[in-house]
Amino acid sequence: MIHLNNVRAGYSTADGFVAAVDGVSLQVEDNEILGVAGESGCGKSTLLKVLYGHFGGSLSLASGSVHAEFYDAESGETVTHEGHQLHKLWWRKLSYIPQGSMSVMNPVARIEAQLIEALPPAILQRGGNSVLEEIKSFLSELNLPVSVLKAYPHQLSGGMRQRVMIAMACFFYPSLVLADEPTTALDVVVQKNILLLLKTIQRRQKNALVIVSHDLGVHYQVTDRIAIAYAGKIVEIGPTREVFANPLHPYTRALIESLPRLGERSLRRGIEGRPPDLASPPTGCRFAQRCSKSEDICRQISPELIDRTQKHAVACHFS
Amino acid sequence: MVMLRTLNSPRIVGGFLILLTFIVMGAVLPWFAPADPRAWQSYPRNLQPSVQHLMGTTNLGQDIFWLLSWAIGNSLLLGAIVAFFSTLIGVIAGLIAGFKGGFVDRVLSFLMDATIAIPSLPILILMASILKGKATLFSISLILIAFNWPFPGRQVRSVALSMRNREFVYLAWFSGESFKNILLSQIFPYLRTWSTANFINTVLVGIAVESSLAVIGLSSADEATLGTMIYWAIKYQAILSERWWWIGPPVVAIILLFVGLFLLASGLERRSQKARGR
Amino acid sequence: MANYLISRLLAYVGVILFGITFIFFLPRFLPSDPVEAMLGKILSQGQYMEESQVNALRLSLTDAFGLKGSLFEQYGRFVKRVLITGDFGPSLAMYPTSVSELIHNSLPWTFGLLLSAVLISWVFGNALGLVVGTRPHWRISRLLEGIAIFVYPIPYYVLGLVLSIFFCYIWPIFPLTTTVQGVPWTWSFVVSVAYNSFLPAMSIVLVSFGWWLLSMRALSSGVMEEDFVNYGRLKGLTEGRLLLTYVLRNALLPQVTFLALQLGLMFNGSIICEILFSYPGVGSLIYTAVIQGDYNLLMGTVATSIIAVATATLLVDLIYPLIDPRIRYQ
Repeated sequence: MIHLNNVRAGYSTADGFVAAVDGVSLQVEDNEILGVAGESGCGKSTLLKVLYGHFGGSLSLASGSVHAEFYDAESGETVTHEGHQLHKLWWRKLSYIPQGSMSVMNPVARIEAQLIEALPPAILQRGGNSVLEEIKSFLSELNLPVSVLKAYPHQLSGGMRQRVMIAMACFFYPSLVLADEPTTALDVVVQKNILLLLKTIQRRQKNALVIVSHDLGVHYQVTDRIAIAYAGKIVEIGPTREVFANPLHPYTRALIESLPRLGERSLRRGIEGRPPDLASPPTGCRFAQRCSKSEDICRQISPELIDRTQKHAVACHFS
Repeated sequence: MVMLRTLNSPRIVGGFLILLTFIVMGAVLPWFAPADPRAWQSYPRNLQPSVQHLMGTTNLGQDIFWLLSWAIGNSLLLGAIVAFFSTLIGVIAGLIAGFKGGFVDRVLSFLMDATIAIPSLPILILMASILKGKATLFSISLILIAFNWPFPGRQVRSVALSMRNREFVYLAWFSGESFKNILLSQIFPYLRTWSTANFINTVLVGIAVESSLAVIGLSSADEATLGTMIYWAIKYQAILSERWWWIGPPVVAIILLFVGLFLLASGLERRSQKARGR
Repeated sequence: MANYLISRLLAYVGVILFGITFIFFLPRFLPSDPVEAMLGKILSQGQYMEESQVNALRLSLTDAFGLKGSLFEQYGRFVKRVLITGDFGPSLAMYPTSVSELIHNSLPWTFGLLLSAVLISWVFGNALGLVVGTRPHWRISRLLEGIAIFVYPIPYYVLGLVLSIFFCYIWPIFPLTTTVQGVPWTWSFVVSVAYNSFLPAMSIVLVSFGWWLLSMRALSSGVMEEDFVNYGRLKGLTEGRLLLTYVLRNALLPQVTFLALQLGLMFNGSIICEILFSYPGVGSLIYTAVIQGDYNLLMGTVATSIIAVATATLLVDLIYPLIDPRIRYQ
């Protein structure tokens, strides 16, 4: 369970502080698949880094708080960790599947070595051979060929590499898995396999999985809840089926309308305009410029994310 | 404005200053020399440094200071000639190999790789010893050029190869530009920044090899270069008799010259890398 | 992988043939005639000879120099001599010792010197280069970088000279010429060899070390930027493990390639250093050949140098697939 409370986080640039995540409050529950959807540059990758506690470097937390609660099997208690401490739990309680599997793995190490090297000591204590056996059975349960272990990354296809990355991230039964654009740069058939793999693992391990993707189709197929991100803010969030069936925010509506549907022949309409520059965002609602329903109040007051129905919240003055 | 930006790099400034000093010493000062410094017995032998002889005299009665300035001038001249011609040949060969491809490329590439793979010094020693005595700075330069052209050649070839497939070259090609024009407008600007650093590096290598040969006595016996100065100093037991003023200046001069040239070259290379966006 | 091996082997053979052919034709293109030069030297040493004796000597010299017969025959004989029999005839300076015997005695010295110099400079240069490249802000990194920049452009012999001036004259703790004492392979022999080899080796080590450090610095700081290093960090790996398994392992690959390229240059450097310190290796042998005008010895040593360096380069090339799985498994 991760709580984000009015988080403002971003990067210091020559033009000032760019808040890629600006005033976001969010909760990731146990045993759910949460999707974060939006255009490029809307801050969803940054949101993922904040969830992972990947601060330092250029990313910093300007205001707000990040807290994660994990159940510690040893003590039998639920321990709360603050965002900046989360890095101590990397590959112990939470894991990350980065974007783009082409160059993300060490080219000179075998897959099995890369799998084993990051495992928590609790698992490694069980001895090398037994760990290897566990890995092999984990792989075969997921219909992944065991031969992959002895291979080097360049010998695997893109789809296989991505599957290996997923296996690496999930083998140790993490409580939270973050996937950044897991299906980008893969062909459609492989995409479906990847998504199926992710869902299967989550259902089996009953942990929390957050998927970031600009592809709404991905969200529709796999996620339980979906959050729509725009210009550093969450504009709508709710159960996936419901958001797709009844989108409350104009942006969400436009996004869904732009999806092609089987059988329909009419022209798809895109959304005019571009997202605002995050270095100097406009006052009021950030979507106002492109919104067909905008009025004066939209440009003055930024709408809050408010529950309209059970668990379905939207940030708009007019829904 | 370019000059001001250049001042940001301590390497370039330092290297340039050192080089400037050497150029002044080597190209300007010799015009002021009272006599031909190479002539033996011009002055009393083995004098220590004094006001009249800033660095003393050698065992053969030569003024060391003026000899040094001649030597620097000759070394620099030799380096420049070797660098110029080997870069010229290298660039031409590299361009031909990279663009023509096929058999021509394979032959040229083999020549370049083989020349690089073979240890040059033993062959240079062989050549120089056969020429012994008749070696002039001119012939030494020729030999050095023969061994050096593959280095720029290989670099230019790889640039040409990558260029051949670059889109903007295709664009120019398809829009009807002649090969020569493409060369001039697209490729030369790219090479220009590289070639200055490379030129300086080759000057370094040229002087280094010539002086290596000189120190073992295989360079020109008549003319003065930094290497031959060291050779004569060793031959006449300057070290054993603790005449530091004879062996010291050319050694220090070589070290400073090389460090200075290297600073300049690497500073320029860094700047060209930044310009290319690395 | 097979392609790689075959192409390397072909290149090896090609380079040797090229080099051998080159030094074969070399004396024939340059103005001096080695036979006449040798004759001139012998005659100038005071002996009076009659016309017929001079001619006979000329003939036998021509034969000894391999200059008899048509160009084609000469070439064939030369190649056979170099590659198969290894017989370059007798050394003229140290008659009647054969050239191949002299080379045979001096090769181990050069080999030992170069091997230790290469190993020391490569290992230390890479290790320290890794530090400088991955922790550039440390004070020791800047210091090391400064040293490397200063040392790297200096020609080998200059450093050798400076070292010999400092440690043989000003502060004489090392010998200027090599005099090894003791019976081979006793402890005192080994110590004596090490003691005598120290300065020549240091001259080579210090200069090469600069090169390895600087190139490793560039390589390792480049690898640090790679995606997979970042991912390794996200996996919670310790910095130490990252440095070794991720950065070092990847940065070493081009360094091995560079090693192959640098071997020729380091060999050049060792020749000069051997001459400076009268170290009994191939370099000094070449020098002797030059001074004495010993044509056979000169051809022999130069040919051997070419083959030795080409072979060493081939060995390094063969090692490369062992460390880069992308070449090993296509």
